[in-house]
Amino acid sequence: MSTEILLKSERCKGCGICVSFCPKKVLGLDTLGHCSVVHADACIACGQCELRCPDYAIFVDKKVSA
Amino acid sequence: MKERTYEKYFRQNRLPHIWCPGCGNGIAMKAIVLAVEKQKLPRDKTIIVSGIGCSSRASGYMDFDTLHTAHGRAIPFATGIKLANPELNVIVITGDGDCTAIGGNHFIHGARRNIDLTVVLFNNTIYGMTGGQASPMTPLHKKATTAPYGSVDRPFDACKLAQAAGASYVARSTAFHVQHLTSMIAEGIACKGFSFIEALVQCPTAYGRKNKMPDPSEMMKWMRDNAVMKAAWDKLPEDKRTDKFPIGVFHEQQTVEYTKAYREVIELAQGGRK
Ligand SMILES: Cc1ncc(C[n+]2csc(CCOP(=O)(O)OP(=O)(O)O)c2C)c(N)n1
Ligand code: SF4
Ligand code: SF4
Ligand code: SF4
Ligand SMILES: [Mg+2]
Repeated sequence: MSTEILLKSERCKGCGICVSFCPKKVLGLDTLGHCSVVHADACIACGQCELRCPDYAIFVDKKVSA
Repeated sequence: MKERTYEKYFRQNRLPHIWCPGCGNGIAMKAIVLAVEKQKLPRDKTIIVSGIGCSSRASGYMDFDTLHTAHGRAIPFATGIKLANPELNVIVITGDGDCTAIGGNHFIHGARRNIDLTVVLFNNTIYGMTGGQASPMTPLHKKATTAPYGSVDRPFDACKLAQAAGASYVARSTAFHVQHLTSMIAEGIACKGFSFIEALVQCPTAYGRKNKMPDPSEMMKWMRDNAVMKAAWDKLPEDKRTDKFPIGVFHEQQTVEYTKAYREVIELAQGGRK
């Protein structure tokens, strides 16, 4: 499935909640401790990460095909 | 990106908020604005009032008319606002210390009067802001700076307290159950009377680190694994309830609302004169 993940890194505090609750291991923390996308293709747009991010730093949409 | 319409309720220039990485307060704050949006409350008729504590800092991030008041005193300020202008939707944000320690008396009397407020208690079971002292809602045997060997003080069940004191609507949810929490708050907003919603939130810094749960995700998994919906809870045998706790709506009974009762006093005193 085609999804779009938007990170607002300036808001991210690297708590790892999105990483823990992602069922598809799409996300990880980078060397600066911020959320980053490591397996974009695996994302199923379930929204679990966005739902529980305490800092409103990650947003996921289904990609609208052009 | 599709527009996230709830973002308009945040003061964008104040974000990111001051809360620690993984703090549950951010999740509860978002649940409140989602509930406000769900109930279509006009922003200029909605007031956010908070006391003092990490949780109470939420008012500073919310783009409404907001009041950040004194420790334990959010409900009295909110009562004044509601009485002066009963048309307003007044939402109170408070902490377990703010609401049940220093503000405990105001809490029970707000419920007793049944004034139409929606009180959301961010329960992290600790005094977060001041570094982790035990609150009246710290669970038995859990550690705090003031209880280094574990607390021996029996905690309040704030939901039972609110119900016994006369609240019209009483519910509980958690930071894990975001959508459920949002609907608990939305129902509370819809109820014309004193509504009380306890939102269990994780405080990894002041509570988690002292109690072998420094990882916020672990704390949320604990909520996931131990919260039981009320209907299932009612059927759960006593011996299976250990460490578990119920969530959902516990009480809903609308009685005479305070500003209505007070309106009648005003009319009586004016003897029909305008
Ligand atoms: C009159 C008064 N007494 C004490 C304090 C110190 N104080 C600030 S916040 C707080 C406790 C906050 O605990 P809680 O309400 O649970 O909020 P949290 O920080 O955990 O969200 C205390 C005792 C104060 N600000 N004012
Ligand atoms: S949950 Fe939010 S703040 Fe935490 S790491 Fe993920 S994007 Fe960053
Ligand atoms: S939407 Fe679901 S699958 Fe995609 S990154 Fe978020 S949690 Fe993972
Ligand atoms: S001390 Fe606890 S309650 Fe306060 S901001 Fe940090 S995690 Fe949140
Ligand atoms: Mg607290």
